[in-house]
Amino acid sequence: MIHDFLFGIYPYIAFSVFILGSLIRFDRDQYTWKSDSSQLLRRGQLRLGSNCFHIGILLLFMGHAVGLLTPPAIYHELGLTTESKQWLAMIAGGVFGTLCLVGLILLVHRRLMEARIRATSTSMDIFLLFWILATLGLGLATIAVSLSHPEGGVMLQLASWAQHVVTLRSGAAELIVAVPLLYKVHLFFGMTLFLLFPFSRLVHVWSGFGTLAYLVRPHQLVRSRGRGK
Amino acid sequence: MKIRAQIGMVLNLDKCIGCHTCSVTCKNVWTSREGMEYAWFNNVETKPGIGFPKQWEDQEKWKGGWVRRSNGKIELKTGGRLKTLANIFANPNLPEIDDYYEPFTFDYEHLHQAPLSAAAPTARPRSLITGKRMEKIEWGPNWEEILGGEFEKRSKDANFEAVQKEIYGQFENSFMMYLPRLCEHCLNPACVAACPSGSIYKREEDGIVLVDQDKCRGWRMCVSACPYKKIYYNWQSGKAEKCTFCYPRIESGLPTVCSETCVGRIRYLGVLLYDADRILEAASTEQEKDLYEAQLSLFLDPNDPEIQAQAAREGVPEAWIKAAQSSPVYRMALDWKVAFPLHPEYRTLPMVWYVPPLSPIQSAANSGVLGMNGAIPDVEQLRIPLKYLANLLTAGDEAPVKRALKRLLSMRAFMRERHVEGREAPEILSEAGLSTAQVEAMYKVLAIANYEDRFVVPTTHREYAENAFDLKGSCGFSFGNGCSDGVSSDKSLFGKKPKIIPIKAV
Repeated sequence: MIHDFLFGIYPYIAFSVFILGSLIRFDRDQYTWKSDSSQLLRRGQLRLGSNCFHIGILLLFMGHAVGLLTPPAIYHELGLTTESKQWLAMIAGGVFGTLCLVGLILLVHRRLMEARIRATSTSMDIFLLFWILATLGLGLATIAVSLSHPEGGVMLQLASWAQHVVTLRSGAAELIVAVPLLYKVHLFFGMTLFLLFPFSRLVHVWSGFGTLAYLVRPHQLVRSRGRGK
Repeated sequence: MKIRAQIGMVLNLDKCIGCHTCSVTCKNVWTSREGMEYAWFNNVETKPGIGFPKQWEDQEKWKGGWVRRSNGKIELKTGGRLKTLANIFANPNLPEIDDYYEPFTFDYEHLHQAPLSAAAPTARPRSLITGKRMEKIEWGPNWEEILGGEFEKRSKDANFEAVQKEIYGQFENSFMMYLPRLCEHCLNPACVAACPSGSIYKREEDGIVLVDQDKCRGWRMCVSACPYKKIYYNWQSGKAEKCTFCYPRIESGLPTVCSETCVGRIRYLGVLLYDADRILEAASTEQEKDLYEAQLSLFLDPNDPEIQAQAAREGVPEAWIKAAQSSPVYRMALDWKVAFPLHPEYRTLPMVWYVPPLSPIQSAANSGVLGMNGAIPDVEQLRIPLKYLANLLTAGDEAPVKRALKRLLSMRAFMRERHVEGREAPEILSEAGLSTAQVEAMYKVLAIANYEDRFVVPTTHREYAENAFDLKGSCGFSFGNGCSDGVSSDKSLFGKKPKIIPIKAV
């Protein structure tokens, strides 16, 4: 019952809140939409920490998206066996996960120990950091579990769950009943990040992708009345 | 040719007394808010000194402004577009708040509440960021006031380049001047070019550069890109903020707060017409020393009927074309050439200009003999080295600064002859290349400086572009999220109001 809810219904709740919440916040309250950087207050560990964390987490996100959503037929066509794909996922996930973890630990340390940063943090900022830390830790822990079943069965189950969810097919939850608990907890933590997204500084991720438009826009921007805004 | 109008400013440094009234009135109006305590849209520096934030003119350190590459194209000194985005997770060229100063207040309440004691109670400093006690305040917005501190440190001033600066550390040779600074509202702003979200823009109708607070995402690239360090990151709201050139006042035909309140009456506001199609060309001028002339070449003669006709065709309101004809900025910068842009070598084509200060004669103090060059004192012997002023105002080219100082000196000498000796002495003017009529006009604007001669600000004609009826009842001006009609409130789901650190004595 709780399993069905968490892996059959919760993904849709989280995703709906993520999309609608972001839209509403963007439309109605854009002033609150920002990266909320604290670099000005203390440079220190930020440069290393933030770069490691962001590069790591972006690569992890893309790895999850590609790894979970690519149908087996496609990567088999490319000459990748299920087994070797799992190794690829474990190694890539391990490397980027560690990179992200190093960065995150630096950022957590900075946020808690640096008086200026601590004083100007919201409770959401701190909660979010620990939530991501937990999600990441669980994810890294699943690598160890995966070593005990290198044939890729669990990976296939998780992938087909994800594919069922995004293609709106029923019965997704049943597909991962047999998956070890660790994976399930990781899934829950990961999905909850999307739920938290519109209510936290995470919204800056959208804008981060939005900055790609900077690559093609002209250097100078001029607004005139009537046309601007 | 594309004609645009811009409100420019000139500051007559010869008359600045360093009273900081501009800074204080500006602060009271614009930056007395949480997160902006450390920010001064307008500040006054004592030069020579490293300024605010520390060493802002050292672009090898902060990487502000533009550089010209060998292929003749200009690029932000912080790097091209790809590099800007690559630095988005942590900006390597961002000053820390200590480069400005840690904002502080004092435990004033303690003075009221302290119990009877042998020693008088004191109000000790307290950080406005952490709320904690600060043992020692080590830097402030005007730490070098009247040459405060050692010469050793102040001599890191970038304008000492190619100046034998050691001798100016000696008491007899020391010199100083004031430099009030604000956003330059550049024609080729580096902040606009650096913004990954495209939130900074230049207004077409008056050239004021603004940050769209709703669109700013706090990537902080503008803070680095601005060579004048006049964009400030509000650490409370997470948005970039800058001098607005008091646009609500300008739109109503009023001078900016800093100009209005200037007790020395050193500030001038006026309209300039310029050719927007040639901005890039001028900013890409090969030699840095030619940038001043290149910028001058952008401005169009508002008295030329053809320019007037084309400006009108391109939508410049008639009041603006009229204002351009009596613009004090045009007269000082173009007609008399006594005002200069600040650091043209940054290639941003700044629009706040400066009349260089005269200073006592160097040798007079030593020997009692004035170095004279004809009827006026020798400009080379002024106490402030010409090279220093040239590094500040013309990328090191001494000739234009020399000409301006000569003109100012001959104006003084001429008017002195007239008023004190009762004698007309047009021969004084010949060397400075001025006519009697010109000097009389200069005297009226620079010395008498009546309100209506200093500020020629036409009102904005919003009715041309917008339906005034639709604006009825809409939000006029507000700080922060004040104009939001969204779901924001103190109990909003989105973006809680940041915590305010209570300042309490313990």
